[in-house]
Amino acid sequence: MKAIIAATIMGIIMMFAGIMTKDKKSLTTLATLLLVGLLGVNIWDLTVTSSLAPQELFNKMMTINRFGLWFNTLMTACTLLYALLVAKEIRKVGAHVAEYFALILFILVGVYILACYNNMLMLFLGIEIMSIPQYILAGSDKRNLKSSEASLKYFLMGSFSTGILLMGITLLYGAAHTFNISEFNNLQTEHINPLAIAGIFLLIIALSFKVSAAPMHMWTPDVYDGSPTPFTAYMSTIVKAAAFFAFLRLFQGSFGNFSSSWTLVLAIITAATLFIGNLTAVFQQSVKRMLAYSSIAQAGFMLFAVLAMNKVAWQGIIIYAVAYSVATIGIFSVLMKMKDYTYDGFNGLAKKDPLLAFTATIFLFSLAGIPLTAGFMAKYYVLQAAIMQGQILWLVIFALLMAAISVYYYFRVIMAMYFKEGNPELNDDITGTDRFLLVLTAVLVLLFGIFPQLVLGNI
Amino acid sequence: MILVLLILVPLVTGLLSFFIKGNGAKGLALSSTIITMALSAFVSAGNFATPMHFSVPWIPNLGTEFSLMADGMSAMLCLLTGIVMQVVITVNWNKETPRAGSFYALLLLSQAGLMGVFLAYDALVFYVFWELALIPVYFLCSMWGGEKRIAATFKFFIYTFVGSLMMLAALIYLSMQTPGINSYSWVNIVRSGAALPAAQQQWLFWLMFIAFAIKMPVFPFHTWQPDAYEQSPTPVTIVLSALMVKMGLYAVLRWLYPVLPQGFAMWSDVVIIMAIAGIVYASLIAIKQSDIKRMIAYSSIAHMGLMVAAAFSVNQIGMHGIMVQMFNHGINITGMWLIVSMIENRYGTRNMNELGGMATTAPRMAIAFVIIALANVALPLTNGFIGEFMLFNGLFSGGSHYHITYMVIAGLGVILGAVYTLNMLQKTVFGNAVSMKVTKDLSSGEFLGLAIIILLILVLGVYPKPLLDLTQGIAATLVP
Repeated sequence: MKAIIAATIMGIIMMFAGIMTKDKKSLTTLATLLLVGLLGVNIWDLTVTSSLAPQELFNKMMTINRFGLWFNTLMTACTLLYALLVAKEIRKVGAHVAEYFALILFILVGVYILACYNNMLMLFLGIEIMSIPQYILAGSDKRNLKSSEASLKYFLMGSFSTGILLMGITLLYGAAHTFNISEFNNLQTEHINPLAIAGIFLLIIALSFKVSAAPMHMWTPDVYDGSPTPFTAYMSTIVKAAAFFAFLRLFQGSFGNFSSSWTLVLAIITAATLFIGNLTAVFQQSVKRMLAYSSIAQAGFMLFAVLAMNKVAWQGIIIYAVAYSVATIGIFSVLMKMKDYTYDGFNGLAKKDPLLAFTATIFLFSLAGIPLTAGFMAKYYVLQAAIMQGQILWLVIFALLMAAISVYYYFRVIMAMYFKEGNPELNDDITGTDRFLLVLTAVLVLLFGIFPQLVLGNI
Repeated sequence: MILVLLILVPLVTGLLSFFIKGNGAKGLALSSTIITMALSAFVSAGNFATPMHFSVPWIPNLGTEFSLMADGMSAMLCLLTGIVMQVVITVNWNKETPRAGSFYALLLLSQAGLMGVFLAYDALVFYVFWELALIPVYFLCSMWGGEKRIAATFKFFIYTFVGSLMMLAALIYLSMQTPGINSYSWVNIVRSGAALPAAQQQWLFWLMFIAFAIKMPVFPFHTWQPDAYEQSPTPVTIVLSALMVKMGLYAVLRWLYPVLPQGFAMWSDVVIIMAIAGIVYASLIAIKQSDIKRMIAYSSIAHMGLMVAAAFSVNQIGMHGIMVQMFNHGINITGMWLIVSMIENRYGTRNMNELGGMATTAPRMAIAFVIIALANVALPLTNGFIGEFMLFNGLFSGGSHYHITYMVIAGLGVILGAVYTLNMLQKTVFGNAVSMKVTKDLSSGEFLGLAIIILLILVLGVYPKPLLDLTQGIAATLVP
């Protein structure tokens, strides 16, 4: 687990670099280099450990397996892509560029812990390490009231959910006399007591909050809408994917043996998330807010992986995390080129800037799940996992109907860009590099859609 | 390899065409479609005792491979696609299209998608192409269509997308019955589907059938169709009505009937009743239309209804008739749309009450129109007759208790069809030429395109043997 240590050190380096220089460009370059280094460290971790069986570290506090390490690597790669695509926008947020990147590196520490924890305390630590930098990032546009509101709202709601998480962990400790998640499965079904059930439900509530599943999603639209757009892009992708990974790890790894007691509740949460996310997204007028609701809707699909609990579900969560992150980062970076975030702001973009409109179309296709984009393969894997599980076919059909609704709001953007007349206002600093990176991201989306093996690696 | 070329040629030329400014795109599209037509003709001329195969690994751990196959039915539909696309572009030759590069690019991409659908031998490949054929058409309609194009096309897109997602769920379910390599290949899907108990086939049938029913469209899933046909630019209307509706029917014969035989048998009466209700309903509405384009749109629902009814009657002559009629209907309706668009270009209206006297102002066009319209109502010695005769024969000898009732009610459709078609001819071709300005007759491109259509109508009407031979084998395999 060299990556955890490396990311921590790099975060500290980044903060000190902020003292040395105030030059935003060189700080961005440093951050990019550090992320490249971090990616290297992750790959190193992977090559050293991939041949081994699951390996326990730090007195069984962490367990390393290929899924976790591969997930870390992919998320680091997505962060690098994110940094390349939106670095320019991050520089516009405020003066403290070094701190922003340092916080992102610290978030990655949390992500790494969540991908490999083996102990409830590490789960708690991971979630906190991941969340606290986000509260700061949400409020980083200090002079903007909405940003401050988002930060405070996120912080208060986040604290409550952490409290609920701790309560759940405590109750489970009472029932099982251990924090070690791999030992919960030893709780036999006949001996399972109300304490444990209550604990599991509290955990479901707390984790649903983190992944913004209904009815614990209320904070999401305001926080995503209010936060500076570059940080919204990060929060709604990599952070969310990591929370899902933690969710899946906990529920498959430790509560799988008595899934009958919680499957129905989680299925209802999934249905509600899909329903609320999709239907509310339809009524939005701002693309940014629509993307916030759509991220709730996409969370509904990722919940299928938690429900399904089989090997395909692991593959599903990994490919979903990557597909969703890449497409969302892409669409957000197109959004950040626009001056007007409403649908009408996109009117006529195809005429004004065909390349921008084309890449945006690919990202929206992917989010909607059109074949040959990564989003299709992601939806395919989670649905296959769910159908394999066998008990929740009704939910699969329901989810497909909801996916059809999602086409409505994603395609509204495409309709605005291609079929409507208008003169959209763009930021005037779009360079050739920006365009190249957008095309690269779009190519990645297509490539992962045609060859999902690339994302799944050898797991 | 030649099967891959059928997809690759339109795909590559289509992608290239995006980058071509001005008239070059037209030439590229024409040469591309001519090559594809020649290739599909070559495939159709082959010997189908051993169907052509092509496969390469695609996503092994999902059990899917990129696998294509051409038997008589696939080859026939590829040939139809090849001919229709080529005619569309020939006829469009003298016409200026705004943003021609993208227009022809999307047209060629939809051709690639269609070829893929007709050739796919792996369920996931089939699904991918099924969606891919839709997306270019969506853009074509929305960008070059009529006044209400955006709403109409969007309705169409959402409708078909819902259907195809249902189909995806069913396909995943089926593939899971045979885990391991190639669980998506047609052979394995058929094996695992047919082995399922009737109770499961029953609901899987609807998951798949709704997707196909929306595409064809079968009453009551047809509501997107008249609007979409009316609002689309003519080349796209042709792609939709001559080719894309065949996707639905083809899918029923390839991916539904062999896969879920018990579910198919269980629901056949329901579907036949839907289809026949659609025939009568659409014909009655067609009579009341004054817009020619809308009238043809409804008449197309009636024609498809007859084919669906015959398909669900399950017997060899009916199945054979469907394949013959798929080809002929594609040719005839292409001709109809071409004439309609020529009328619209010349006289600026599609309202048949405002038209008249075409026989005196544009005699060559009028002759073509009469021949094509009569083929569309299946007059003997035109290609429509032989197919429709076989369809009725199939419907009549179907296994259902009510086969005679079905046959009689469906027969009403023929009479009603004659009513609206002859009414239209009377109003447009004959009558007073008062309201019409004297206009020029057919241009060279239009003449060439219509000549191909009329030649096919007459030759296949008098000597349908090549078409019958091409599809005989597969009809016999479907219903021994």
